[in-house]
Amino acid sequence: MTDYRQKYKMTPVLGWLLQDRGGMILLGILLLGCIVIPIGNLVVPAGSAFHVPTWMLGLLGKYLCYALLALSVDLIWGFCGILSLGHGAFFALGGYAMGMYLMRQIGDRGVYGDPVLPDFMVFLNWKELPWYWYGFDHFSFAVLMAMLVPGILAFVFGFLAFRSRVTGVYLSIITQAMTYALLLAFFRNDMGFGGNNGLTDFKDILGFDLQSDQTRCVLVVASAVMLGICYVVSRGITQSRLGKVLIAIRDAESRVRFTGYRVEYYKLFVFTVSAVMAGIAGALYVPQIGIINPGEFAPAASIEVVIWVAVGGRGTLYGAVLGAFIVNYAKTFFTGVMPDFWLFFLGGLFIAVTLFLPKGVIGAIPAFAGAGAVGASGTSGGWRDRLAAWRGNQGGKA
Amino acid sequence: MRRDNFLPALSSASDGLSARFFLRSGWSVRVVVAMLTVMCVLSIARPAWAFSDEELRQIVEELDSKSSNRKLEVIGKIAADGDPRAVPVLQAMLDGDLYVSKADDRVVIGKKQGKVWQHIDVVSGKVTGESAARDLDKIRINNRLRGALRDALASLNLFSPDLATRRTAVETIMDSRDPAMAPLLKRAIEREEDPGLLARMELAQATMALAAGKTPQERLDAIDVLASQTTPQIRAVLLQFVNAAESENYDPKVVAAAKDAVASVEGRLQMWQTAGDVYRGISLGSVLLLAAVGLAITFGVMGVINMAHGEMIMIGAYTTYAVQQAFAAFWPAGIGWSLAVAVPMAFLVSGGVGVVIERVIIRFLYGRPLETLLATWGLSLMLQQAIRSLFGASNRQVVAPDFMSGAIEFSTGLVLTYNRLWIILFSVIVVAGIAFVLRYTAFGLQMRAVTQNRRMAGSVGVRTGTVDALTFGLGSGIAGIAGVALSQIDNVSPNLGQGYIIDSFMVVVFGGVGNLWGTVLGAFSLGIVNKFLEPVAGAVLAKIFVLVALILFIQKRPKGLFALKGRAVEA
Repeated sequence: MTDYRQKYKMTPVLGWLLQDRGGMILLGILLLGCIVIPIGNLVVPAGSAFHVPTWMLGLLGKYLCYALLALSVDLIWGFCGILSLGHGAFFALGGYAMGMYLMRQIGDRGVYGDPVLPDFMVFLNWKELPWYWYGFDHFSFAVLMAMLVPGILAFVFGFLAFRSRVTGVYLSIITQAMTYALLLAFFRNDMGFGGNNGLTDFKDILGFDLQSDQTRCVLVVASAVMLGICYVVSRGITQSRLGKVLIAIRDAESRVRFTGYRVEYYKLFVFTVSAVMAGIAGALYVPQIGIINPGEFAPAASIEVVIWVAVGGRGTLYGAVLGAFIVNYAKTFFTGVMPDFWLFFLGGLFIAVTLFLPKGVIGAIPAFAGAGAVGASGTSGGWRDRLAAWRGNQGGKA
Repeated sequence: MRRDNFLPALSSASDGLSARFFLRSGWSVRVVVAMLTVMCVLSIARPAWAFSDEELRQIVEELDSKSSNRKLEVIGKIAADGDPRAVPVLQAMLDGDLYVSKADDRVVIGKKQGKVWQHIDVVSGKVTGESAARDLDKIRINNRLRGALRDALASLNLFSPDLATRRTAVETIMDSRDPAMAPLLKRAIEREEDPGLLARMELAQATMALAAGKTPQERLDAIDVLASQTTPQIRAVLLQFVNAAESENYDPKVVAAAKDAVASVEGRLQMWQTAGDVYRGISLGSVLLLAAVGLAITFGVMGVINMAHGEMIMIGAYTTYAVQQAFAAFWPAGIGWSLAVAVPMAFLVSGGVGVVIERVIIRFLYGRPLETLLATWGLSLMLQQAIRSLFGASNRQVVAPDFMSGAIEFSTGLVLTYNRLWIILFSVIVVAGIAFVLRYTAFGLQMRAVTQNRRMAGSVGVRTGTVDALTFGLGSGIAGIAGVALSQIDNVSPNLGQGYIIDSFMVVVFGGVGNLWGTVLGAFSLGIVNKFLEPVAGAVLAKIFVLVALILFIQKRPKGLFALKGRAVEA
């Protein structure tokens, strides 16, 4: 194989990008999508076979946001061994930040016609905007918050958790508790986020009508571009020296610590970055779906994200994107055709993937067999695997 | 508003607060006067109540009058006398069944019997004759009279031979604290034989004496009686009195005594409140314990993250339902036994499912906790959908047996429902059973051996695979038993288990993995903390606080309250 790093000395980023075959394919597809989808929707006439209907725009946008969320989970799970069962919380927080902006954009076009207060506040007989709603009439502020709020939450949560070396399953369970607590909190009307119904009835974004095809196309393209950027950032992180440490932490945390690395700082960094990505995904998701409600905080939703990653192929990044598309397309298909079957399918997928496809779909493709997470899950073979098996025999615990 | 209601009118007349009402309902003055007169006369003439037969007949005859006012007066007289024999007469009058016989001009109760009307004597209650309808003249009543009749009946109930009726009457008086009832109550106390009701009546009397007492000493005595009570009702009475006393410059001694009384009642009520919170906390804790104790085995002992644990509980609940349906179909008379049968059945069904899951899925995933988590989560989705397909998505009704319905109620406001008490007891029995199995049976010994050193256990002949499967089966079976208990207090629906899974994990992690007593302590302390926060913060916020506190707690002690020490921890 050509050593691209030697060849492209001046541009190391391009160097490792070119080495990343799956990534190149993904970025290529995204680029193609950015060109084809708007043309297909706006230029090609409705009757044509190449026309992209509006409903498909919504679907694609949704999948792209989910893919970004899956990417963020793969970044920490696949490369640092942190299984977060609460990433849906960061996604939803980003979504709420964007939702609050869209809510303020409605202005006096709401049912009650109040120029400042959103409808549900009028309904609850609130007199003025709560302090934490200030600033959300500015798009830039909302976007900032969509990244900052999940980021800060992840930073604080991660700081506490990683510093006291909460790892493995315990971490998974407390992340689940975190999103569950947020779910309960956001269900409360007093919180000022619309309670059970969440935020909805959005009209426009930056002055553009959310229902128009043009706006939707822009949003889909924006999602694809964001996915591409986040992919490159994630790949950059995992390719860097820092990424090497992360992978080492995933495979042998104590050993890394003994070598002198401050494991918790590395984990904290990547956890926070991942949460910010999840927040961006949520912020892109809300204008395209048109609603954000506490259901997004449900622990079940967060666990589903993990299965997207597992199906696609953990520790590959592009696998997570693929997994998100596969599982969500299957969901759209099954809930439409035979809704009762969907949970059987999803449940079966969880079991089948963990038992038979530990490297996911990507791992099953010969060309990509070398990629993916190794070691920590005991799927790679080699000394670590044997050690894990031996340890399992020793204590029955892991 | 209540023009026809003479008892409230009396009370307002006497406390002088509703002067307008008093003036407007002038008729009630006459009733008062009449009643008081009668009372005075009667109480001087005779210590006991009661008319003679002749007097009763006479006074009833007086009801045959054209004037409503006259009738009101008579009703007042009857009510004041408190003769329970008058109840049927007043009731008949209220129902429009009181007539005047044209033949002999006597007041009778008329009862239609086929085509003729029977005449029933007002005193003896015997049938004295019969006639056609046209020979009877109805004694007419209007709304004003109806109200008066109802109140008169209420006060007469104080002398009813039926204990429950008397008790209701006393409670009514306690609530209304109508001073006009005081003389009646006094006489009722003289007659009352039931000690419980007697105490209640005396309490009612003291309540009235507090409001209407003439001398400070009377009031002080009343306060003394009241201060020994511990009910929210008495606290309200005393508080009201303190307010009135302060604004109307009562004897400072009385005011001070009343304030002391309020403080002491308040203090005791607070204690009861705390006791109630503790009880509710223990009750919630027992539910958490039942839900979590199976997990303490699968997660705590085996280290298997079983996200389908909640579904094992659900399967137990549905087994309870199925057993009950079977009883209803084949042996309806023995339906009370269905719960007793459901407990072992649920253990077997859930345990069996658990063994199958262990053999088919989990044993391939030992040493890979995160994968186990995902696979069992998938399993939980499938089990939920399977139950939904089999039984439907709606809630199923599991009937509580007789011994589980009802409650012990304290006058202090504390209510202990039997189903909660049974569940507390049940959870204790289950935990004791598990502790016994782990400690004293061969299976328990093997189980501990395999957990501590799988290879060595295998070397000495323990079939580790079988022990794994049975251990998992035990944990799942106990979850099934928990399902039987939870079917009594929760909706039996496919989502039943999901509500408990996070709580269960929290309990096990909080208590310390691999430690049964940690789980017990964890469950009860979480339950109690939750219930103490609830009155302050509301149910949802309390739950959020507990979750956040737990998250912080795990940071501090990542291995729970009682951490395992030694090599096993690092594995």
